[in-house]
Parts: sequence; C-alpha cells; structure tokens
Amino acid sequence: MTRMLPMKRLLIAFCALLLSPALAAQDSMPPAPYAYRQLDNPEQEAKAQALMETLRCLKCQSQSIADSDAPMAGDMRHQVRTRIAAGEDPESIRQWLIERYGDYVSYTPQVKPITWPLFAAPFAFLALAALLLRGRFRKKDQS
Amino acid sequence: MIAELGLAVLWMAAALAVLQLVAGILALRPEGRQVAGLVRPVAVMQGVLVAGALVALITLFLTTDLSVKLVAENSHSMKPFIFKLAGTWGNHEGSMLLWVAIMAVAGGFVALVEKRLPENTLIATLAGQAFVSLGFYAFLLLASNPFQRLPEPAPEGAGLNPLLQDIGLAFHPPTLYVGYVGLSIAFSFAVGALVTRDVGPAFARAMRPWVLGAWIFLTLGITAGSYWAYYTLGWGGWWFWDPVENASLMPWLAATALLHSCSVLASRNALKAWTVMLGVIAFSMSMVGTFLVRSGILTSVHAFAVDPERGSFILALLAIYIGGALTLFALRASTVTEGARFSFVSREAALVFNNVMLCGILGIVLVGTLYPLLTEAMGVKVSVGPPYFNPVSAVFAIPMMLVMGVGPLLRWRQDSFEGKGAGRITLPVGVCALLSAAVLLGVELLAPQIKLLPALGLAIAAGLAPASFLPLRGRNLRRTPLATWGMVFGHFGIAVALFGMASESAFSTERLAAMRPGDVQQVGPYAVKLEGIGPVAGPNWTALEGTVSASYAGAAPSILRPQARTFSNPPGNRTESALKTRWNGQLYAVLGEEGDDGRWQMRFWWKPFVPMIWYGGALIALGGLLALLGRVAADVRRLVATGKIAYRRERQGR
Repeated sequence: MTRMLPMKRLLIAFCALLLSPALAAQDSMPPAPYAYRQLDNPEQEAKAQALMETLRCLKCQSQSIADSDAPMAGDMRHQVRTRIAAGEDPESIRQWLIERYGDYVSYTPQVKPITWPLFAAPFAFLALAALLLRGRFRKKDQS
Repeated sequence: MIAELGLAVLWMAAALAVLQLVAGILALRPEGRQVAGLVRPVAVMQGVLVAGALVALITLFLTTDLSVKLVAENSHSMKPFIFKLAGTWGNHEGSMLLWVAIMAVAGGFVALVEKRLPENTLIATLAGQAFVSLGFYAFLLLASNPFQRLPEPAPEGAGLNPLLQDIGLAFHPPTLYVGYVGLSIAFSFAVGALVTRDVGPAFARAMRPWVLGAWIFLTLGITAGSYWAYYTLGWGGWWFWDPVENASLMPWLAATALLHSCSVLASRNALKAWTVMLGVIAFSMSMVGTFLVRSGILTSVHAFAVDPERGSFILALLAIYIGGALTLFALRASTVTEGARFSFVSREAALVFNNVMLCGILGIVLVGTLYPLLTEAMGVKVSVGPPYFNPVSAVFAIPMMLVMGVGPLLRWRQDSFEGKGAGRITLPVGVCALLSAAVLLGVELLAPQIKLLPALGLAIAAGLAPASFLPLRGRNLRRTPLATWGMVFGHFGIAVALFGMASESAFSTERLAAMRPGDVQQVGPYAVKLEGIGPVAGPNWTALEGTVSASYAGAAPSILRPQARTFSNPPGNRTESALKTRWNGQLYAVLGEEGDDGRWQMRFWWKPFVPMIWYGGALIALGGLLALLGRVAADVRRLVATGKIAYRRERQGR
C-alpha cells in the first residue's frame, strides 16, 4: 500500500536475492526492466496483466502485484512478463510462483483439501436457499 | 483538564447506561412500573454526556495537547486543521469513542421522538441499546482509554499516516460508523420486539427510518471509500475484495436485505421472523466488521495473538451480543408467527428471493474473508481474492438482478404472468429482456475477447436500467409517492454502477511508459505528452509534479498534474494521481520514479465510463434519501393528524 523506505527496500532486495537465485541477475536497485514496461505484443500483455491481477504482492496489504509500487511486486511483474514473452503458460507460471512462495501468492485459491470448504460454500448456500424458499412456498400450498 | 473532564463525563455516561439498562428491565415487570418514566430521560442524558466526551477529545486534537498519549501518537502540530479534526477518529481509541458517541446520540434521539411503538417495546429497545453500549463503554474505559496522559508531554506528535491525510478519508470512517450504529438501533428494535413479543407493522415502521438512514450512510461510505482507493493507490483499481472493504460491504448487504423485508413487514405484515433475524444479522455484520478492522487480526492472525487484549475484548462482545440475540431469537421465534401468506408469483415472493440471494452473497463474502484467517490459524496461508469473489458472488447476484427487474411490477400477495392483464408486466419486461439479450449477443459477436462476467454485466445493466423505471408506467408522476421514486432511483443506480464496473473491466486500456519531457504516448483515444517535471510544496509535504497535456482525439489539450508527494511527519510517500473526467470515461495519470537514464516512469489508463460506478453509488444513496424523506414525511403527517383528532375530541368534550 505504501512505498517503502530506502532501508526497507534494501532489505527486501536482499531477501529476494537470497530467496531466488533466478531473480538474482536482475535484482539490483533499479526496477527490473519489465516492472514498469508492457510487452510489445498486446495479446501477451493482456495475458500477463490477467495473471498479475491474480497474484498477491507479498509485501503489501491486500494488493495484487498489478496494483503495487513495492519493489518486490515490480520484480514479480518482470518475472511474469518475461516468462509470458518466452511463451510460458500463465498457469504454469502460477504454479512456479506457488512452489516458490506458497499458496499465499495466488489470489485464485487452489483446489486442495484445505480449501475445499471455500468451493463447497456456494453450493451449500444455494442448497440452503433452495430449502428456505421451497419450505416457504410448500407450506403455503397446504394452507 | 479537558482530558480529565472528558474521561469523567465518559464514566458518568457509562453509569447512566447501567441505569438505563436496569430501569428498562425493571420497568418491563408489573411491579417496576414506577421506573418506566426514567428510561427515556436517562437515554437522552447519556447521549448528551458522550457527545461531550467526544467534543473534549476533538478539542484535545485541535489544540494538539501533546500531554495526551493518543494525541502525541496520532497528531502533529503542523497538520492542517481538517486532518487534526479527522485525526480524532483516525485511530483505534478515537474511533471507538466516535462509535459510542454516535450510538448514544442516536439512542437519545429515539428516546426523544419515537412515539409509534407501544411504550413497553420502546423501553425494551432502549434497554437493549444500553446493553450494547455498555460493552463498548467497558471496551473504551478498560482497554482503550482515549484520554490517557503521558508521564511527560511529548515534544512533538508522531503525525498521521500520509495515506490517511486525504479529505475523502477524513469523512469516510464517520460515515461508515453512522451506518454501523444505525444498524445497532435496528438491532435494539429487533431485541425490544422479541422481548415484548410484539413483531408487527408498527415495529417495522419504527425501525425502517433507522435502517434506511444506516443504509444511506453505508452506501455513501462504501462509494467514497472505493473512490478514495481508486485515486490514491495509483493503479486504477477501485475494489480489491480487501477484508477491510468486505467489512463494510457485509453490513451493507445485510442492511439491503433488511430494508426490503422491513417494507414487506410494514405494508403486508408478513416475513416477521425473517425481518427480526435480518436485524440481528445486520448488526452482527457491523460487529464482525469492527472486529476485523480493530483487532489487528487482518495483518496476521499472529499479530492478533501478540496483543490479544483488544481483539479478545471485541470477540467477547461479539459472542455476548450475537449469541445473546440469537438465543433470544431461538427462544421467541416460535411465538412470532410467520404472518400473512403469499403466493409464488407476488411481490413478496420476489423480495424473499432477493433477500435470500443477498444473504447468499453475504455468506460468500463472509466465508471468503474469514476462511484465510482460519487456515492461517491452522498453519497454512492461503489467499482468497477477486478470482474467487467475482464469479462466486455473481452466481447469486445475477439471478437477483434479473428478478429485480420484474419484482417491483408484481402485485402484493398474488399475481400471474398469464391470462388477462398480464401484458402489463410481460410486455415491457420482455422488451427489457430483449435489450439485454441483444447487448449480450452484440458483445459476443463484436468483441469476443471480453470475458464472460463483464459481458453479462453490460447486458444486465442494459436491461435493468429501463426496467427500473417501469414501476412509474401508468402512474401520475406528481402523485407518485416519494418512496416509489426512491426505489426507482435506487434500482437505476444499481444498473448504472453495474454498467460502470463492467465497462471498466471490459474496455480499459493501460499504458506504462518511460518518458522524457516532450515525449508523446497514445492511451485509448488520448494523446498524452509529458511537458515537464517540477517541484511543488504543500503545508506538510513536498512533491514532484509532472505536467501532462492530454488531448482527446485531436481536440485542444487539457493539462493534468500528477504528483509524487513526500511527507515528513511521519515520513512517507503517496502518489497523487491526476484525473481528467469526460462524460464517456476518465483518463488516469500517475507520475512514477525517475529511471537511471533520466526518463520518468509514467502510468496512464483510459477507463471508459468508470465514473458510472460512483455515480451509481450516489444514485443509490439518493434513492435511499428520497425513500427516507417520503417515510418520515408520512409519519409526521400521521402524527399531526392524530394530534388534531385528539385536539378536536378534547374540544368537543369527549
């Protein structure tokens, strides 16, 4: 949500360096090239944008990497854009990021035993609604 | 001195709340009749006292009394007046004081003016209100005293978070709080009615203005909050399904449902238990929202566990009030009859359907917001975001909006889509449905890249907008009640906002570019040119300001001035986006950082029809206001008429 102080930014860059050898090459102080640059191919950019909107910026509160000024979000945008440009499938990029940062990074909940109640919820509510509405009107028919 | 006075007054108000509760309970028994007269004046006095405590805190903030801990931690002597004022409630303790103040003032107001309810029900309501306030008094006085002094006055205050130093946010919390507290009154009415087993049209009429008022403020609060996020966060997003946003959306959804079922109860004496239940749910959602925002649980479940006192306190309050109300409901629900019956095709049925759908959306938002907290407590961090909330809530929202187009045209109790006279409904609704279908077909044929949800949104908005005016067909417009106009505007506002949302999602163009002064970029129909960058200064910030000339499709250019502000007390940055609004959309410009090569990172968006989202929100609130005015005017007329009748009777010696 807020931009970081220089000290904090250094720290994050440092952590990112440790965490991800793949990122190390681009992760110096200036933002990675594709952090603030769109892909030239509009179709690929649209794909990248759609994916970025569903990835959480790990250093912010409740923002996707598509809406954040945090350096880490910039680095992740760069990763997403270069990988999309290289022809990688958005879902495989998501899986790659999940492997790296855990399920927390994806705003799209993954279907796993721990999340099944999330996916059952709409059906449960629909069933409950149907029950409520049916009960309501059946009673009336009898009277 | 002022701080001590404020604290003393707050303790006195809390004592009065105890008296109000005890007197209220006693007055409901036959042997306690004598104290019944005490309840109303005590409620009024309690309101006056808390208002005094709030004024004391505001004074401390305005004079920046740095010997008070809260002021030193949250204010700064160099802050502009308006943010000193807003700083009063821009923190935990102050916002809780604002909460109880609004609640007590509202309670006092009810005590002063409410004459329609049977006296017993009103006394039970005020006792309920005192019971709810007491929890918050305890919370304030025991766990978050706003008037606490520092051992040594601080040399200077710590200031207010730069993100919060915005005029929009200065009035965002009070707006939402008025909404939350309005729902607390509705809750108290529901409890009062349950206690006296007196759930009927009189109860619904007494409750309705409070629900309407709360709903208007919630609508405005959410709309303003969304616009604030849109222009301050600097990336063009207007809704993030952030738990804080959800915390304000959930009471709104419940209040919307309550509002509609309240109307059914008031005019048809049906849906009794359901209305009471929604009254309980609506306030529960306000409490859940407060709990989420105020306990610190959102940053992390673990942050909550580190400083659990406040969070546990609110959680306990939540358990007592909601648990208590639900228990009362379970005990008394069987004695509350279902009320008048109605058939499957009737206005009541349409309202019930929409109520259930609204509760479905509410359930989804609640589950989606709380579930990550649950898994985090179990050691797994997951995120639930737009890819979950958007489609899943649409499952409920879309059928609801379809029924919304037809419902207001149906007759109460029983109607039919067949036979003679049914053409009055099927014809115009058929036209609107055709319109929707045509738009959907057009979008799918001409712009197949648009995703399903925005396409459906555009289609439904196209049909719902004209359909919302159908209830006016064949009416004498001058004699149409204000409340009907309110409904028309409210429903039309939903269509307008939906159109804005769908259009933003379907047609936005983004342009990120590194620019030197003199460079030109194309974003949608706009050609934007960076003219220059220069420094500017405000009262407590300095900024870099870009000058951007933007010309729409070759027309004369207009100037936008996006800024990157740097605040010193406390240190922080904020981007100040520049907006150019046209009737058909908004150009959004942001100044980013300077690159190594001397070029500036600029961000531009062209968002067709995006202001419709907030115009829609404003229309919805206007609809609520019209309905409120209509209801209150009718009540006043009825009171005056009753007064006249009584006066005549007296004169005739009867």
